[in-house]
Amino acid sequence: MLKRVHFPTSLLPYLLVAPQVIITLVFFVWPASQAVYQSFLIEDAFGISTEFVWFENFIYLATDEQYLDSFGRTIFFSVCVAVLSMSAALILAGFADRIVRGATTYRTLLIWPYAVAPVLAGALWVFMFNPTLGIFPYLLEFVGVDWNHYLNGSQAMMLVIFAAAWKQIAYNFLFYLAAMQSIPRSLIEAAAIDGAGPLRRFRDHIFPLVSPTTFFLLVINAVYAFFDTFGIIHAVTQGGPANATTILVYKVFNDGFVGLDLGGSAAQSVILMILVIAMTVVQFRYVERKVEY
Amino acid sequence: MASITLKDLVKTYGDVEVLHHVDGAIEDGEFIVIVGPSGCGKSTLLRMVAGLETVTSGEIRIGEKVVNQLEPADRDIAMVFQNYALYPHMSVRENMAYGLKIRKIGKAEIERRVQEAADILEIGPYLDRKPRQLSGGQRQRVAMGRAIVRNPQVFLFDEPLSNLDAKLRVQMRLEIRKLQQRLGVTSIYVTHDQVEAMTLGDRLMVLNGGYVEQFGTPIELYDRPATLFVAGFIGSPSMNFLPATAGGGALILGNGASLQGAGHASGSVTLGIRPEHLLPDENGPIRVSVQLFEQLGANTLVHGVLEGTETDVVASLPGHVSADPGTIMGFTAPAKDLHVFDPATGRRVEE
Ligand SMILES: Nc1ncnc2c1ncn2[C@@H]1O[C@H](COP(=O)(O)OP(=O)(O)OP(=O)(O)O)[C@@H](O)[C@H]1O
Ligand SMILES: [Mg+2]
Repeated sequence: MLKRVHFPTSLLPYLLVAPQVIITLVFFVWPASQAVYQSFLIEDAFGISTEFVWFENFIYLATDEQYLDSFGRTIFFSVCVAVLSMSAALILAGFADRIVRGATTYRTLLIWPYAVAPVLAGALWVFMFNPTLGIFPYLLEFVGVDWNHYLNGSQAMMLVIFAAAWKQIAYNFLFYLAAMQSIPRSLIEAAAIDGAGPLRRFRDHIFPLVSPTTFFLLVINAVYAFFDTFGIIHAVTQGGPANATTILVYKVFNDGFVGLDLGGSAAQSVILMILVIAMTVVQFRYVERKVEY
Repeated sequence: MASITLKDLVKTYGDVEVLHHVDGAIEDGEFIVIVGPSGCGKSTLLRMVAGLETVTSGEIRIGEKVVNQLEPADRDIAMVFQNYALYPHMSVRENMAYGLKIRKIGKAEIERRVQEAADILEIGPYLDRKPRQLSGGQRQRVAMGRAIVRNPQVFLFDEPLSNLDAKLRVQMRLEIRKLQQRLGVTSIYVTHDQVEAMTLGDRLMVLNGGYVEQFGTPIELYDRPATLFVAGFIGSPSMNFLPATAGGGALILGNGASLQGAGHASGSVTLGIRPEHLLPDENGPIRVSVQLFEQLGANTLVHGVLEGTETDVVASLPGHVSADPGTIMGFTAPAKDLHVFDPATGRRVEE
């Protein structure tokens, strides 16, 4: 049973939490409620009159080919980003866990990409893959690949996946490394004495033992790919060519601020909001509870 | 089964040498206990034999083969760790079978060996549990089981009992000894508990600060400790050390009392007498001013100082004894139970 502790009532605690509450209200709750309200409205093409239409915007989205395509694309994009950045991070952490000398330097260098702003990360990849100036298209030409992500939708998708995954590796790496370092040394030594080589040890012991982390990162990476990759897409492809890289968050922006369909765009962002809430719930429910080996 | 030879072994971490030229020959089937205070290098030595630490210089041989460069897996050893190091995500059965599976042993054979080990260790009912569903003692058995199913040439134990309570420790100690005798596998066992060391080992290697102080049977260590350190470390309560002057076969104590049995020693020496070798004698030369008594039931420990000096003396007397503090008690000690050491080198002065 929790013990009740009595403090003299005063204004101070309220004052101390007030800034956080105000920030939450002004920057999160208010815009969110505005979006919900907006999603029930349809505005005419000239922005003169608005009409309250209940769920019409949502019903329209459910049948909109383009929206459903974008949904599928987003899932593909998220899975690729999560799998790519998590497996890269897992491998790097596996090596970092083994090395003794220079470990700090190695770790510090690996964490840097995380500090790069999404737009800058995007710009970096745009430069490297610029069809006429970039180093990679130049190299790819030698193996017979004609790289032009301004024209080729699959290539554009690949590029944003790489850029988004690259940026997330550092984050995943940190969590994997921490998880690996909390595995008792003697356990790995016991496996070595039992005859397991480094690869076998990784597969039989390290990977299963970091599975709680894998699950946690899966959710985090999905959320990241769904919502935090706007900057990268905006810098690299602007959703193109021909909507090939228009994922849901980008479509919200595009339909709302470029297409000026504020109601439809608001409905999309409400759907995204529900998705992120759902993912957070999943994360809290399953990650808090320890994953059973 | 195999013998183990350590030749001129040195281990350094950076600039710090933690093991200094360790030598030792372990015979096939022997149970060797490495004992010493914390930080003396016991685990390091064991881990070098296991292949978990590199050898800075010197040579380790298992059987006829030099194993310095071999991976742990290729040394045909099994090790029991202090924290057991069971695989938490595998059942007891899988834990025990793991090493066999890697060595590509047939399913039926694995099943047979696991069952056999489980029978020996009486862990049959737990085979399908996860390690975290077991008590400390049961985990300890599983760790042993994992070692014995492999049928290795050498068992290595690094303080396997230190996480158990006192009673279980005594019980497991006996079981380990019985098991080793039954299987006849050469074993090295690390502990800092001298009672465990004395009861388990065919021979004991006493380490101190990275040096081997003495390597011999428990009785040798008890009867003829080679150094002051071994003399003080082996036996409980520990040996009394009295400064003395030797000459002409006699020992003159700090208070002028004289004892026979100095052998060839001369000059200033340290005289060692075990508490249990001090015999009460009204007219004995060792006169002790009593300070307090510890009643242990079967015997009594008498604490005091050598009369007229500050030197502490402990005597262990059978039965119940008591007297007023400040009483003077006389003791003698047979010449064969006197240990004479050179205080400068700490080494025994040979008779
Ligand atoms: N990785 C390491 N780097 C530097 N010094 C080390 C390392 N491992 C051990 N040492 C040092 O080597 C010495 C011996 O350590 P070791 O673990 O062998 O002691 P031990 O006899 O097993 O002690 P305990 O009874 O406490 O387990 C210690 O002084 C320790 O500080
Ligand atoms: Mg140790």
